[in-house]
Amino acid sequence: MLPLILENVSYTAGGRTLINDVSFEIGAGTRTVILGANGAGKSVLMRLCHGLLRPTSGRVTWYGASGTSGSGRQAMVFQRPVLLRRSALANVTYALKLAGLPAAESLRRAQVKLDVVGMAQLAAHPARVLSGGEQQRLALARAWALEPEVLFLDEPTANLDPHATRHIEAVINAIHESGTKIIMTTHSLGQARRLGDEILLMSGGQIAERAPVTEFFSAPQSEAAREFLSGELP
Amino acid sequence: MVNDFAAALSEALRLIASADAQLAQIVALSVRVSLAAVAFAALAALPLGALLAITRFPGRQALVAVLNALMGLPPVVVGLMIYLMLSRAGPLGQFGLLFTPAAMVIAQAVLITPIIAALTRQVIEDAWLEYAEQLRSLGASNTDAALTLLWDTRFALITVVLAGFGRAAAEVGAVMIVGGNIDGVTRVMTTAIALETSKGDLPLALGLGMVLLAIIVGLNLLAHWVKLSAQRRYG
Ligand SMILES: Nc1ncnc2c1ncn2[C@@H]1O[C@H](COP(=O)(O)OP(=O)(O)O)[C@@H](O)[C@H]1O
Ligand SMILES: [Mg+2]
Repeated sequence: MLPLILENVSYTAGGRTLINDVSFEIGAGTRTVILGANGAGKSVLMRLCHGLLRPTSGRVTWYGASGTSGSGRQAMVFQRPVLLRRSALANVTYALKLAGLPAAESLRRAQVKLDVVGMAQLAAHPARVLSGGEQQRLALARAWALEPEVLFLDEPTANLDPHATRHIEAVINAIHESGTKIIMTTHSLGQARRLGDEILLMSGGQIAERAPVTEFFSAPQSEAAREFLSGELP
Repeated sequence: MVNDFAAALSEALRLIASADAQLAQIVALSVRVSLAAVAFAALAALPLGALLAITRFPGRQALVAVLNALMGLPPVVVGLMIYLMLSRAGPLGQFGLLFTPAAMVIAQAVLITPIIAALTRQVIEDAWLEYAEQLRSLGASNTDAALTLLWDTRFALITVVLAGFGRAAAEVGAVMIVGGNIDGVTRVMTTAIALETSKGDLPLALGLGMVLLAIIVGLNLLAHWVKLSAQRRYG
């Protein structure tokens, strides 16, 4: 279903233009990091890509499919994990059943993925009373179990301590290595450096710069990138 | 006067303690009728409230307003309408339900269906704010989402259903009209209390009143406890 193509996408809400004429094409293989300050429009852009929001103007297209919601397999992990009031395991099998998998296969896959993210012994635990890091790992396991071609991650470690953050970043890399395309947002330069192959810098609802990670950090081209790197937020 | 009350109270307590046959029979019928009514009402109202919470269509706000208004349906008016439907000349007259417990079940169910539906809509709509994007992302249809949210808010909904039960059991006007308060057939706690009080048989009225109060307060305490302990366990 890749590449994902945005053509002159704008999104207006409440009289404000939150995404302003964004165009890009994202291909397979690399880890794409959308970097930007709070309020830059990262989450709104991600929702547009995932099909949860419809652009006010412009088009979001997946290869071979047209329209706003990609018809291929894509999944998203939200900034604040939304877990159901049932066990960790049941949260994963729930998603797989919705995706149309038979119960036995759902159970098998769910157990494998919980094990891979280090949550096998918490499988029977009620999901909503897990710690923040565990909840986020569970959300990742649930998305990963769907074996999506593309996985959107919206600030996956925004509210976590450094230890939990390292754990989540390791899981994200494992998902990348399993062949799933990673598109994630962050406001953390360190995380962008650790996880990114290419950087899209967002500023004021626009893409200010797009570059491979080493070039972005060593030779930023745009004023917005230089300001962001020097910590001077606009 | 104070002595009258004290005497009535002690006689009422004696009736309860000795499980007086007449009192027990009235209580049992009341509970059976209201349980049946709440079961039918919940079966209709829970899915209705859930779908109303998550679907978006023109006129939805008006429907929500109407539903909220129906929470205040005057019981005697409901009783009258059902009386007209079930009476011999009415559209449902052929079933001979008037002045039977079934008629009282229908009246109570009609009264509490809007209550359960409106409260359910509120509970599910609050949850939907949190869940909507995640469930849409996972590809849930409206029906999937409704069922998921009904299950996920189950502990809050227990309280909603019990509120419906309380309202049904406490209601007097509608069941008086469609049941007729026939001794041994359709006499429930509320209609018996009204009748015995007017006849001056205060002990039986008071005894029934205490049982009714105990049932409703007890159930609500139980619901509260279930909700709290579930919250601690499931978050
Ligand atoms: N549904 C909405 N309606 C109006 N404004 C919104 C809405 N969602 C987000 N915004 C605004 O859009 C801007 C960008 O938000 P967001 O994409 O969440 O930023 P980021 O994720 O980069 O921190 C913010 O100023 C935010 O207040
Ligand atoms: Mg955001």
